[in-house]
Amino acid sequence: MIDIKKIREQFPILQQKVNGKPLVYFDNGATSQKPEVVIDAIGNFYKTGNSNIHRGVHTLSRLATEQFEQSRKTIATHFHIKNEQQIIFTSGTTDSINKVAQGLAKHHLKSGDEIILSTYEHHSNILPWQLWAQKNGGVLKVIPLLEDNSLDYVAFENLFSEKTKLVAITHVSNTLGLITNLQKIKELTQKYNVPFLLDGAQSAPHMRIDLNQIEPDFFVCSAHKMYGPTGAGILYLSEKWLGTLPLASTGGGTIKTVTFEKTEYAEGALRFEPGTPHIAGAIGFATAIKFMDEVGMNHLYEHESYLVNHAQKALKQIREVELYGANDHKAGVISFNVKGQHPFDVGTLLDKYGIAVRTGHHCTQPLMQCLGVQGTVRISFAVYNTIEEVDFFIEKLKKVITMLQ
Amino acid sequence: MKIEDVEKEILEEFEFFGDDWEAKYEHLIDLGKSLPLIEAQFKTEENIIQGCQSRVWLNSELKDGKMIFTADSDAIITKGMVALMIRVLSGQKPEDIVNAKMDFVDKIGLKEHLSPTRANGLVSMINRMKKEAILNIEK
Ligand SMILES: Cc1ncc(COP(=O)(O)O)c(C=O)c1O
Repeated sequence: MIDIKKIREQFPILQQKVNGKPLVYFDNGATSQKPEVVIDAIGNFYKTGNSNIHRGVHTLSRLATEQFEQSRKTIATHFHIKNEQQIIFTSGTTDSINKVAQGLAKHHLKSGDEIILSTYEHHSNILPWQLWAQKNGGVLKVIPLLEDNSLDYVAFENLFSEKTKLVAITHVSNTLGLITNLQKIKELTQKYNVPFLLDGAQSAPHMRIDLNQIEPDFFVCSAHKMYGPTGAGILYLSEKWLGTLPLASTGGGTIKTVTFEKTEYAEGALRFEPGTPHIAGAIGFATAIKFMDEVGMNHLYEHESYLVNHAQKALKQIREVELYGANDHKAGVISFNVKGQHPFDVGTLLDKYGIAVRTGHHCTQPLMQCLGVQGTVRISFAVYNTIEEVDFFIEKLKKVITMLQ
Repeated sequence: MKIEDVEKEILEEFEFFGDDWEAKYEHLIDLGKSLPLIEAQFKTEENIIQGCQSRVWLNSELKDGKMIFTADSDAIITKGMVALMIRVLSGQKPEDIVNAKMDFVDKIGLKEHLSPTRANGLVSMINRMKKEAILNIEK
Protein backbone atom coordinates (compact mmCIF):
# COMPACT_ATOMS: atom_id res chain seq x y z
CA MET A 1 0.00 0.00 0.00
CA ILE A 2 1.10 3.54 -0.59
CA ASP A 3 1.27 6.23 2.04
CA ILE A 4 -1.16 8.84 0.76
CA LYS A 5 -0.37 11.25 3.55
CA LYS A 6 3.29 11.33 2.49
CA ILE A 7 2.26 11.79 -1.12
CA ARG A 8 -0.08 14.67 -0.27
CA GLU A 9 2.72 16.46 1.54
CA GLN A 10 4.60 16.67 -1.74
CA PHE A 11 1.87 18.82 -3.32
CA PRO A 12 2.10 22.41 -2.04
CA ILE A 13 -1.24 23.45 -3.55
CA LEU A 14 -3.16 20.85 -1.56
CA GLN A 15 -2.17 22.55 1.67
CA GLN A 16 -4.24 25.63 0.93
CA LYS A 17 -7.84 26.61 1.55
CA VAL A 18 -10.46 27.53 -1.01
CA ASN A 19 -13.50 29.53 0.07
CA GLY A 20 -12.15 29.08 3.60
CA LYS A 21 -12.37 25.27 3.29
CA PRO A 22 -9.61 22.72 2.72
CA LEU A 23 -9.26 22.14 -1.01
CA VAL A 24 -10.78 18.90 -2.25
CA TYR A 25 -9.48 18.69 -5.78
CA PHE A 26 -11.56 16.35 -7.92
CA ASP A 27 -10.82 17.96 -11.28
CA ASN A 28 -7.76 15.93 -12.16
CA GLY A 29 -9.18 14.92 -15.52
CA ALA A 30 -8.81 18.54 -16.59
CA THR A 31 -5.34 18.90 -15.10
CA SER A 32 -3.57 17.37 -12.14
CA GLN A 33 -1.65 19.21 -9.44
CA LYS A 34 2.14 19.21 -9.45
CA PRO A 35 4.47 17.75 -6.82
CA GLU A 36 7.33 19.83 -5.44
CA VAL A 37 9.93 17.81 -7.39
CA VAL A 38 8.36 18.86 -10.67
CA ILE A 39 8.06 22.50 -9.65
CA ASP A 40 11.70 22.42 -8.49
CA ALA A 41 12.96 20.71 -11.63
CA ILE A 42 11.45 23.47 -13.75
CA GLY A 43 12.62 26.23 -11.41
CA ASN A 44 16.13 24.80 -11.18
CA PHE A 45 16.47 24.51 -14.92
CA TYR A 46 15.82 28.23 -15.27
CA LYS A 47 17.93 29.08 -12.21
CA THR A 48 21.01 27.04 -12.99
CA GLY A 49 20.74 25.18 -16.28
CA ASN A 50 19.02 27.43 -18.80
CA SER A 51 20.55 27.41 -22.23
CA ASN A 52 19.39 26.57 -25.73
CA ILE A 53 19.88 22.96 -26.71
CA HIS A 54 21.66 21.25 -29.61
CA ARG A 55 24.25 23.02 -31.73
CA GLY A 56 25.88 24.70 -28.71
CA VAL A 57 29.56 24.25 -27.88
CA HIS A 58 29.46 25.80 -24.43
CA THR A 59 29.02 23.86 -21.23
CA LEU A 60 25.53 25.00 -20.29
CA SER A 61 24.19 24.24 -23.72
CA ARG A 62 25.73 20.79 -23.62
CA LEU A 63 24.26 20.10 -20.18
CA ALA A 64 20.83 21.37 -21.20
CA THR A 65 20.93 19.16 -24.29
CA GLU A 66 21.85 16.17 -22.16
CA GLN A 67 19.04 16.88 -19.73
CA PHE A 68 16.55 17.31 -22.57
CA GLU A 69 17.60 14.10 -24.31
CA GLN A 70 17.70 12.24 -21.01
CA SER A 71 14.07 13.33 -20.47
CA ARG A 72 13.17 11.75 -23.78
CA LYS A 73 14.80 8.51 -22.60
CA THR A 74 13.01 8.56 -19.25
CA ILE A 75 9.67 8.96 -20.98
CA ALA A 76 10.46 6.26 -23.54
CA THR A 77 11.42 3.80 -20.81
CA HIS A 78 8.23 4.57 -18.90
CA PHE A 79 6.18 3.55 -21.94
CA HIS A 80 8.40 0.50 -22.57
CA ILE A 81 9.97 1.91 -25.72
CA LYS A 82 13.58 1.03 -26.51
CA ASN A 83 14.25 3.65 -29.17
CA GLU A 84 13.68 7.03 -27.51
CA GLN A 85 13.74 8.72 -30.93
CA GLN A 86 10.16 7.53 -31.28
CA ILE A 87 9.16 10.04 -28.60
CA ILE A 88 8.52 13.49 -30.10
CA PHE A 89 8.07 16.43 -27.76
CA THR A 90 4.94 18.46 -28.50
CA SER A 91 2.89 21.02 -26.60
CA GLY A 92 0.32 18.38 -25.62
CA THR A 93 -2.24 15.86 -26.82
CA THR A 94 -4.08 18.30 -29.07
CA ASP A 95 -0.87 19.42 -30.74
CA SER A 96 0.23 15.80 -31.21
CA ILE A 97 -3.04 14.79 -32.89
CA ASN A 98 -2.87 17.81 -35.19
CA LYS A 99 0.68 16.89 -36.17
CA VAL A 100 -0.49 13.42 -37.17
CA ALA A 101 -3.60 14.68 -38.96
CA GLN A 102 -1.70 17.32 -40.95
CA GLY A 103 1.09 14.88 -41.73
CA LEU A 104 -1.23 12.12 -42.92
CA ALA A 105 -3.31 14.59 -44.94
CA LYS A 106 -0.26 15.42 -47.06
CA HIS A 107 0.25 11.99 -48.39
CA HIS A 108 -1.69 9.07 -46.97
CA LEU A 109 -5.24 10.35 -46.87
CA LYS A 110 -7.10 10.81 -50.15
CA SER A 111 -10.53 12.04 -51.12
CA GLY A 112 -13.16 9.44 -50.22
CA ASP A 113 -10.97 7.82 -47.55
CA GLU A 114 -12.49 6.91 -44.21
CA ILE A 115 -11.37 7.36 -40.61
CA ILE A 116 -12.99 5.51 -37.72
CA LEU A 117 -13.47 7.37 -34.42
CA SER A 118 -15.50 6.45 -31.35
CA THR A 119 -18.46 8.15 -29.68
CA TYR A 120 -16.20 8.82 -26.68
CA GLU A 121 -13.82 11.14 -28.48
CA HIS A 122 -12.71 14.44 -27.01
CA HIS A 123 -13.14 17.35 -29.46
CA SER A 124 -9.34 17.33 -29.83
CA ASN A 125 -9.59 13.91 -31.45
CA ILE A 126 -12.52 14.92 -33.68
CA LEU A 127 -11.84 18.39 -35.04
CA PRO A 128 -8.44 17.74 -36.69
CA TRP A 129 -10.00 14.81 -38.60
CA GLN A 130 -13.16 16.74 -39.38
CA LEU A 131 -11.07 19.57 -40.81
CA TRP A 132 -9.30 17.10 -43.09
CA ALA A 133 -12.61 15.43 -44.06
CA GLN A 134 -14.33 18.72 -44.92
CA LYS A 135 -11.43 19.99 -46.98
CA ASN A 136 -10.69 16.76 -48.82
CA GLY A 137 -13.98 14.91 -49.12
CA GLY A 138 -13.10 12.44 -46.39
CA VAL A 139 -15.54 10.47 -44.28
CA LEU A 140 -15.62 10.05 -40.50
CA LYS A 141 -17.25 6.88 -39.18
CA VAL A 142 -18.16 6.57 -35.54
CA ILE A 143 -18.21 3.51 -33.27
CA PRO A 144 -21.56 3.59 -31.44
CA LEU A 145 -22.28 2.78 -27.79
CA LEU A 146 -24.09 -0.19 -26.28
CA GLU A 147 -26.77 0.10 -23.59
CA ASP A 148 -24.14 0.13 -20.82
CA ASN A 149 -22.22 2.92 -22.59
CA SER A 150 -19.35 0.65 -23.58
CA LEU A 151 -18.25 0.69 -27.23
CA ASP A 152 -20.04 -1.63 -29.63
CA TYR A 153 -17.17 -3.69 -31.04
CA VAL A 154 -19.40 -5.67 -33.39
CA ALA A 155 -20.56 -2.44 -34.98
CA PHE A 156 -16.91 -1.33 -34.95
CA GLU A 157 -15.86 -4.24 -37.15
CA ASN A 158 -18.67 -3.45 -39.59
CA LEU A 159 -17.29 0.08 -40.08
CA PHE A 160 -14.13 -1.18 -41.76
CA SER A 161 -13.95 -0.99 -45.55
CA GLU A 162 -11.14 -0.92 -48.08
CA LYS A 163 -11.28 2.87 -47.76
CA THR A 164 -10.51 2.85 -44.02
CA LYS A 165 -7.16 4.59 -43.56
CA LEU A 166 -7.00 5.15 -39.82
CA VAL A 167 -8.63 4.31 -36.50
CA ALA A 168 -8.25 7.17 -34.01
CA ILE A 169 -9.58 6.26 -30.63
CA THR A 170 -9.26 7.22 -27.01
CA HIS A 171 -7.87 4.78 -24.46
CA VAL A 172 -10.11 6.15 -21.71
CA SER A 173 -13.23 8.29 -22.04
CA ASN A 174 -12.49 11.58 -20.32
CA THR A 175 -16.18 11.97 -19.51
CA LEU A 176 -17.10 8.46 -18.36
CA GLY A 177 -13.75 6.99 -17.31
CA LEU A 178 -14.56 3.83 -19.25
CA ILE A 179 -11.57 2.01 -20.71
CA THR A 180 -11.61 0.91 -24.34
CA ASN A 181 -10.75 -2.66 -25.22
CA LEU A 182 -7.24 -2.42 -26.65
CA GLN A 183 -7.09 -6.12 -27.38
CA LYS A 184 -10.08 -5.77 -29.66
CA ILE A 185 -8.78 -2.62 -31.32
CA LYS A 186 -5.40 -4.21 -31.95
CA GLU A 187 -7.00 -7.35 -33.29
CA LEU A 188 -9.29 -5.49 -35.72
CA THR A 189 -6.74 -2.95 -36.93
CA GLN A 190 -4.29 -5.76 -37.61
CA LYS A 191 -6.92 -7.87 -39.33
CA TYR A 192 -7.81 -5.01 -41.69
CA ASN A 193 -4.28 -3.67 -41.78
CA VAL A 194 -5.26 -0.14 -40.72
CA PRO A 195 -2.99 2.12 -38.62
CA PHE A 196 -4.33 3.26 -35.27
CA LEU A 197 -3.84 6.30 -33.13
CA LEU A 198 -4.36 5.90 -29.40
CA ASP A 199 -5.31 9.00 -27.39
CA GLY A 200 -3.71 8.37 -24.02
CA ALA A 201 -4.57 11.76 -22.47
CA GLN A 202 -6.79 10.09 -19.84
CA SER A 203 -5.10 6.71 -19.52
CA ALA A 204 -1.46 7.69 -19.14
CA PRO A 205 -2.15 9.49 -15.83
CA HIS A 206 -3.74 6.41 -14.29
CA MET A 207 -2.30 3.16 -15.59
CA ARG A 208 0.74 1.29 -16.78
CA ILE A 209 1.05 1.59 -20.54
CA ASP A 210 3.29 -0.73 -22.52
CA LEU A 211 3.52 0.65 -26.05
CA ASN A 212 5.79 -2.17 -27.05
CA GLN A 213 2.92 -4.54 -26.39
CA ILE A 214 -0.01 -2.35 -27.54
CA GLU A 215 1.84 -1.50 -30.77
CA PRO A 216 -0.13 1.56 -31.82
CA ASP A 217 1.04 3.54 -34.83
CA PHE A 218 0.60 6.77 -32.89
CA PHE A 219 0.21 7.41 -29.18
CA VAL A 220 -0.37 10.84 -27.64
CA CYS A 221 -0.65 12.29 -24.13
CA SER A 222 -0.24 15.52 -22.12
CA ALA A 223 2.19 16.15 -19.28
CA HIS A 224 -0.19 18.42 -17.38
CA LYS A 225 -2.64 15.62 -16.67
CA MET A 226 0.25 13.48 -15.37
CA TYR A 227 1.61 15.69 -12.55
CA GLY A 228 3.75 17.57 -15.08
CA PRO A 229 3.68 21.10 -16.52
CA THR A 230 1.23 22.57 -19.02
CA GLY A 231 2.45 23.12 -22.57
CA ALA A 232 4.27 19.80 -22.81
CA GLY A 233 3.29 16.43 -24.20
CA ILE A 234 4.42 13.70 -26.51
CA LEU A 235 3.69 12.11 -29.81
CA TYR A 236 4.92 8.54 -30.04
CA LEU A 237 5.52 7.25 -33.58
CA SER A 238 6.00 3.62 -34.50
CA GLU A 239 9.28 2.81 -36.29
CA LYS A 240 7.47 2.89 -39.61
CA TRP A 241 5.97 6.35 -39.16
CA LEU A 242 9.11 7.80 -37.62
CA GLY A 243 10.68 7.56 -41.04
CA THR A 244 7.63 8.29 -43.18
CA LEU A 245 5.15 10.64 -41.51
CA PRO A 246 5.18 13.86 -43.54
CA LEU A 247 6.02 16.97 -41.55
CA ALA A 248 3.19 19.22 -40.41
CA SER A 249 5.63 22.09 -39.90
CA THR A 250 9.32 22.65 -40.21
CA GLY A 251 12.15 25.04 -39.37
CA GLY A 252 15.39 25.36 -37.41
CA GLY A 253 16.75 22.40 -35.52
CA THR A 254 15.27 19.74 -37.77
CA ILE A 255 18.01 19.50 -40.36
CA LYS A 256 21.36 18.07 -41.35
CA THR A 257 22.12 20.54 -44.15
CA VAL A 258 20.21 23.37 -45.79
CA THR A 259 20.78 25.28 -49.01
CA PHE A 260 18.19 27.60 -50.53
CA GLU A 261 17.34 24.84 -52.98
CA LYS A 262 17.20 21.80 -50.80
CA THR A 263 17.21 20.47 -47.24
CA GLU A 264 18.46 17.24 -45.83
CA TYR A 265 16.53 16.51 -42.68
CA ALA A 266 17.88 15.06 -39.47
CA GLU A 267 16.81 11.58 -38.62
CA GLY A 268 14.66 10.65 -35.64
CA ALA A 269 12.69 12.85 -33.31
CA LEU A 270 14.43 16.12 -34.16
CA ARG A 271 12.84 16.15 -37.61
CA PHE A 272 9.48 16.73 -35.89
CA GLU A 273 10.63 19.37 -33.43
CA PRO A 274 11.17 22.60 -35.36
CA GLY A 275 12.25 25.66 -33.40
CA THR A 276 13.35 25.86 -29.78
CA PRO A 277 11.31 23.28 -27.88
CA HIS A 278 9.80 23.66 -24.41
CA ILE A 279 13.00 22.47 -22.73
CA ALA A 280 11.87 23.09 -19.16
CA GLY A 281 8.57 21.44 -20.03
CA ALA A 282 10.29 18.28 -21.24
CA ILE A 283 12.45 18.18 -18.10
CA GLY A 284 9.40 18.77 -15.90
CA PHE A 285 7.51 16.05 -17.73
CA ALA A 286 10.30 13.52 -17.21
CA THR A 287 10.44 14.45 -13.53
CA ALA A 288 6.69 13.89 -13.25
CA ILE A 289 7.10 10.49 -14.91
CA LYS A 290 9.77 9.60 -12.37
CA PHE A 291 7.41 10.66 -9.59
CA MET A 292 4.72 8.34 -10.99
CA ASP A 293 7.17 5.48 -11.41
CA GLU A 294 8.34 5.89 -7.84
CA VAL A 295 4.79 5.56 -6.58
CA GLY A 296 4.35 2.72 -9.06
CA MET A 297 1.73 2.74 -11.80
CA ASN A 298 0.04 -0.37 -10.43
CA HIS A 299 -0.22 1.13 -6.95
CA LEU A 300 -1.55 4.30 -8.43
CA TYR A 301 -4.20 2.47 -10.43
CA GLU A 302 -5.21 0.34 -7.45
CA HIS A 303 -5.60 3.36 -5.19
CA GLU A 304 -7.67 5.29 -7.72
CA SER A 305 -9.84 2.26 -8.47
CA TYR A 306 -10.50 1.95 -4.78
CA LEU A 307 -11.63 5.60 -4.71
CA VAL A 308 -13.79 5.14 -7.82
CA ASN A 309 -15.50 2.06 -6.46
CA HIS A 310 -16.06 3.60 -3.07
CA ALA A 311 -17.52 6.76 -4.63
CA GLN A 312 -19.67 4.87 -7.11
CA LYS A 313 -21.10 2.67 -4.41
CA ALA A 314 -22.03 5.71 -2.33
CA LEU A 315 -23.47 7.58 -5.31
CA LYS A 316 -25.64 4.60 -6.21
CA GLN A 317 -27.26 4.86 -2.78
CA ILE A 318 -28.44 8.39 -3.46
CA ARG A 319 -31.84 8.17 -5.09
CA GLU A 320 -31.57 11.51 -6.89
CA VAL A 321 -28.26 10.65 -8.56
CA GLU A 322 -28.03 9.33 -12.08
CA LEU A 323 -24.67 7.75 -12.92
CA TYR A 324 -23.32 7.41 -16.45
CA GLY A 325 -21.21 4.44 -17.46
CA ALA A 326 -20.96 3.08 -13.92
CA ASN A 327 -18.62 0.13 -14.14
CA ASP A 328 -15.96 -1.36 -11.87
CA HIS A 329 -13.30 -1.22 -14.55
CA LYS A 330 -12.54 2.47 -14.81
CA ALA A 331 -9.75 4.98 -14.87
CA GLY A 332 -10.28 7.55 -12.16
CA VAL A 333 -13.36 9.29 -13.58
CA ILE A 334 -17.07 9.36 -12.63
CA SER A 335 -19.83 11.29 -14.38
CA PHE A 336 -23.26 11.87 -12.89
CA ASN A 337 -26.20 14.21 -12.68
CA VAL A 338 -28.65 15.07 -9.96
CA LYS A 339 -32.02 14.31 -11.50
CA GLY A 340 -33.89 17.45 -12.49
CA GLN A 341 -30.96 19.74 -11.59
CA HIS A 342 -28.54 21.56 -13.82
CA PRO A 343 -24.93 20.35 -13.39
CA PHE A 344 -23.85 23.98 -13.16
CA ASP A 345 -25.89 24.43 -9.95
CA VAL A 346 -24.45 21.28 -8.41
CA GLY A 347 -20.90 22.34 -9.29
CA THR A 348 -21.41 25.90 -8.02
CA LEU A 349 -22.61 24.71 -4.62
CA LEU A 350 -19.92 22.02 -4.26
CA ASP A 351 -17.35 24.73 -4.96
CA LYS A 352 -18.67 26.68 -1.97
CA TYR A 353 -17.62 23.68 0.14
CA GLY A 354 -14.13 23.77 -1.37
CA ILE A 355 -14.81 20.80 -3.65
CA ALA A 356 -13.52 21.33 -7.20
CA VAL A 357 -15.46 19.35 -9.80
CA ARG A 358 -16.04 19.92 -13.50
CA THR A 359 -19.46 20.48 -15.01
CA GLY A 360 -20.61 20.74 -18.59
CA HIS A 361 -19.93 18.77 -21.74
CA HIS A 362 -16.22 18.08 -21.04
CA CYS A 363 -15.36 18.76 -24.70
CA THR A 364 -17.37 15.69 -25.70
CA GLN A 365 -20.56 17.14 -27.13
CA PRO A 366 -21.28 14.18 -29.44
CA LEU A 367 -21.13 11.87 -26.41
CA MET A 368 -23.50 14.20 -24.53
CA GLN A 369 -25.95 14.04 -27.43
CA CYS A 370 -25.70 10.27 -27.29
CA LEU A 371 -26.38 10.23 -23.53
CA GLY A 372 -29.22 12.68 -24.10
CA VAL A 373 -27.94 15.29 -21.64
CA GLN A 374 -26.64 18.86 -21.84
CA GLY A 375 -23.83 18.12 -19.46
CA THR A 376 -22.75 16.15 -16.41
CA VAL A 377 -20.93 16.65 -13.15
CA ARG A 378 -17.56 14.94 -13.37
CA ILE A 379 -15.28 13.97 -10.52
CA SER A 380 -11.84 12.67 -11.41
CA PHE A 381 -9.16 11.40 -9.07
CA ALA A 382 -5.40 11.49 -8.73
CA VAL A 383 -3.09 9.55 -6.45
CA TYR A 384 -3.28 12.20 -3.70
CA ASN A 385 -7.04 11.95 -3.24
CA THR A 386 -8.34 10.13 -0.18
CA ILE A 387 -11.32 8.10 0.97
CA GLU A 388 -12.00 10.84 3.52
CA GLU A 389 -12.30 13.36 0.70
CA VAL A 390 -14.73 11.08 -1.11
CA ASP A 391 -16.83 10.74 2.05
CA PHE A 392 -16.79 14.51 2.57
CA PHE A 393 -17.88 14.98 -1.03
CA ILE A 394 -20.75 12.51 -0.65
CA GLU A 395 -21.91 14.21 2.54
CA LYS A 396 -21.85 17.64 0.89
CA LEU A 397 -23.48 16.38 -2.28
CA LYS A 398 -26.42 15.19 -0.19
CA LYS A 399 -26.61 18.64 1.37
CA VAL A 400 -26.50 20.25 -2.08
CA ILE A 401 -29.34 18.04 -3.26
CA THR A 402 -31.47 19.15 -0.32
CA MET A 403 -30.64 22.79 -0.99
CA LEU A 404 -31.66 22.53 -4.62
CA GLN A 405 -34.97 20.84 -3.94
CA MET B 1 -39.44 52.47 -6.54
CA LYS B 2 -36.16 53.95 -7.70
CA ILE B 3 -33.28 51.65 -8.61
CA GLU B 4 -31.28 52.63 -5.52
CA ASP B 5 -34.25 51.88 -3.30
CA VAL B 6 -34.71 48.42 -4.70
CA GLU B 7 -31.00 47.80 -4.30
CA LYS B 8 -31.19 48.94 -0.69
CA GLU B 9 -34.09 46.61 -0.07
CA ILE B 10 -32.14 43.66 -1.49
CA LEU B 11 -29.09 44.60 0.57
CA GLU B 12 -31.14 44.55 3.74
CA GLU B 13 -32.66 41.26 2.77
CA PHE B 14 -29.24 39.66 2.33
CA GLU B 15 -27.65 41.33 5.36
CA PHE B 16 -29.95 39.18 7.41
CA PHE B 17 -27.94 36.09 6.42
CA GLY B 18 -24.59 37.50 7.52
CA ASP B 19 -21.78 35.06 6.72
CA ASP B 20 -24.08 32.08 6.34
CA TRP B 21 -23.51 31.34 2.66
CA GLU B 22 -25.75 28.29 2.76
CA ALA B 23 -28.73 30.37 3.85
CA LYS B 24 -27.83 33.00 1.26
CA TYR B 25 -27.78 30.44 -1.53
CA GLU B 26 -30.97 28.84 -0.31
CA HIS B 27 -32.57 32.25 -0.59
CA LEU B 28 -31.12 32.72 -4.06
CA ILE B 29 -32.52 29.34 -5.07
CA ASP B 30 -35.93 30.32 -3.70
CA LEU B 31 -35.79 33.54 -5.69
CA GLY B 32 -34.97 31.49 -8.76
CA LYS B 33 -37.97 29.31 -8.18
CA SER B 34 -40.32 32.26 -7.75
CA LEU B 35 -39.30 34.20 -10.83
CA PRO B 36 -42.34 34.57 -13.06
CA LEU B 37 -41.49 32.55 -16.12
CA ILE B 38 -41.06 34.28 -19.37
CA GLU B 39 -43.98 33.62 -21.71
CA ALA B 40 -43.30 30.61 -23.91
CA GLN B 41 -43.56 32.73 -27.06
CA PHE B 42 -40.54 34.76 -25.92
CA LYS B 43 -38.33 31.74 -25.24
CA THR B 44 -36.85 32.04 -28.70
CA GLU B 45 -33.39 31.50 -30.15
CA GLU B 46 -33.18 35.26 -30.55
CA ASN B 47 -33.75 35.84 -26.86
CA ILE B 48 -31.15 33.32 -25.70
CA ILE B 49 -28.04 34.65 -24.03
CA GLN B 50 -25.57 31.84 -24.32
CA GLY B 51 -23.34 31.26 -21.34
CA CYS B 52 -20.91 28.44 -21.71
CA GLN B 53 -22.97 26.25 -19.40
CA SER B 54 -26.25 27.74 -18.28
CA ARG B 55 -28.47 29.65 -20.64
CA VAL B 56 -30.57 32.73 -20.06
CA TRP B 57 -33.61 33.92 -21.98
CA LEU B 58 -34.44 37.59 -21.78
CA ASN B 59 -37.33 39.51 -23.26
CA SER B 60 -37.81 43.25 -23.01
CA GLU B 61 -40.47 45.72 -24.00
CA LEU B 62 -41.22 49.39 -23.41
CA LYS B 63 -44.48 50.12 -21.61
CA ASP B 64 -45.52 53.66 -20.64
CA GLY B 65 -41.90 54.83 -20.90
CA LYS B 66 -40.58 52.01 -18.72
CA MET B 67 -38.65 48.87 -19.59
CA ILE B 68 -40.32 45.60 -18.69
CA PHE B 69 -38.00 42.58 -18.53
CA THR B 70 -38.98 38.93 -18.21
CA ALA B 71 -36.43 36.14 -18.17
CA ASP B 72 -35.60 32.55 -17.43
CA SER B 73 -32.58 30.28 -17.05
CA ASP B 74 -32.08 26.55 -17.13
CA ALA B 75 -29.89 26.66 -13.99
CA ILE B 76 -31.63 27.60 -10.76
CA ILE B 77 -28.79 29.62 -9.20
CA THR B 78 -28.43 31.62 -12.39
CA LYS B 79 -32.18 32.08 -12.36
CA GLY B 80 -31.96 33.43 -8.82
CA MET B 81 -29.39 35.97 -9.98
CA VAL B 82 -31.59 36.80 -12.96
CA ALA B 83 -34.49 37.38 -10.57
CA LEU B 84 -32.40 39.95 -8.67
CA MET B 85 -31.44 41.80 -11.86
CA ILE B 86 -35.03 41.93 -12.96
CA ARG B 87 -36.21 43.14 -9.61
CA VAL B 88 -33.77 46.03 -9.86
CA LEU B 89 -34.12 46.95 -13.51
CA SER B 90 -37.59 45.98 -14.66
CA GLY B 91 -40.15 48.78 -14.55
CA GLN B 92 -37.44 51.45 -14.63
CA LYS B 93 -36.92 54.25 -17.11
CA PRO B 94 -34.41 53.46 -19.89
CA GLU B 95 -32.06 56.30 -18.90
CA ASP B 96 -31.94 55.08 -15.29
CA ILE B 97 -31.14 51.55 -16.46
CA VAL B 98 -28.25 52.75 -18.58
CA ASN B 99 -26.78 54.53 -15.56
CA ALA B 100 -27.35 51.72 -13.05
CA LYS B 101 -24.07 50.59 -11.45
CA MET B 102 -25.36 47.22 -10.25
CA ASP B 103 -22.73 47.20 -7.50
CA PHE B 104 -25.25 45.79 -5.05
CA VAL B 105 -24.19 42.35 -6.38
CA ASP B 106 -20.75 42.91 -4.91
CA LYS B 107 -22.22 44.20 -1.65
CA ILE B 108 -24.32 41.11 -1.09
CA GLY B 109 -21.28 38.90 -1.70
CA LEU B 110 -22.35 37.38 -5.00
CA LYS B 111 -19.89 39.21 -7.22
CA GLU B 112 -18.28 35.93 -8.32
CA HIS B 113 -21.36 35.33 -10.46
CA LEU B 114 -20.59 38.43 -12.48
CA SER B 115 -16.97 37.68 -13.26
CA PRO B 116 -16.39 37.73 -17.01
CA THR B 117 -15.12 34.15 -16.94
CA ARG B 118 -18.27 32.94 -15.29
CA ALA B 119 -20.00 30.43 -17.51
CA ASN B 120 -23.53 31.56 -16.75
CA GLY B 121 -24.21 34.37 -19.20
CA LEU B 122 -25.14 36.94 -16.52
CA VAL B 123 -22.68 39.60 -17.60
CA SER B 124 -23.98 39.34 -21.13
CA MET B 125 -27.50 39.58 -19.76
CA ILE B 126 -26.82 42.90 -18.01
CA ASN B 127 -25.14 44.19 -21.15
CA ARG B 128 -28.16 43.14 -23.18
CA MET B 129 -30.54 44.87 -20.72
CA LYS B 130 -28.57 48.09 -21.01
CA LYS B 131 -28.38 47.86 -24.76
CA GLU B 132 -32.16 47.43 -25.01
CA ALA B 133 -32.53 50.45 -22.73
CA ILE B 134 -30.26 52.57 -24.93
CA LEU B 135 -32.26 51.64 -28.00
CA ASN B 136 -35.39 52.79 -26.24
CA ILE B 137 -33.91 56.12 -25.21
CA GLU B 138 -33.25 56.88 -28.83
CA LYS B 139 -36.83 56.13 -29.81
C1 LIG C 1 -9.28 12.18 -24.02
C2 LIG C 1 -8.65 13.52 -24.23
N1 LIG C 1 -8.08 13.82 -25.39
C3 LIG C 1 -7.48 15.00 -25.62
C4 LIG C 1 -7.44 15.99 -24.66
C5 LIG C 1 -6.77 17.29 -24.96
O1 LIG C 1 -5.64 17.44 -24.17
P1 LIG C 1 -4.82 18.81 -24.14
O2 LIG C 1 -5.81 19.88 -23.83
O3 LIG C 1 -3.82 18.61 -23.05
O4 LIG C 1 -4.19 18.97 -25.47
C6 LIG C 1 -8.04 15.74 -23.44
C7 LIG C 1 -8.04 16.79 -22.39
O5 LIG C 1 -8.98 17.02 -21.69
C8 LIG C 1 -8.65 14.48 -23.21
O6 LIG C 1 -9.24 14.21 -22.05
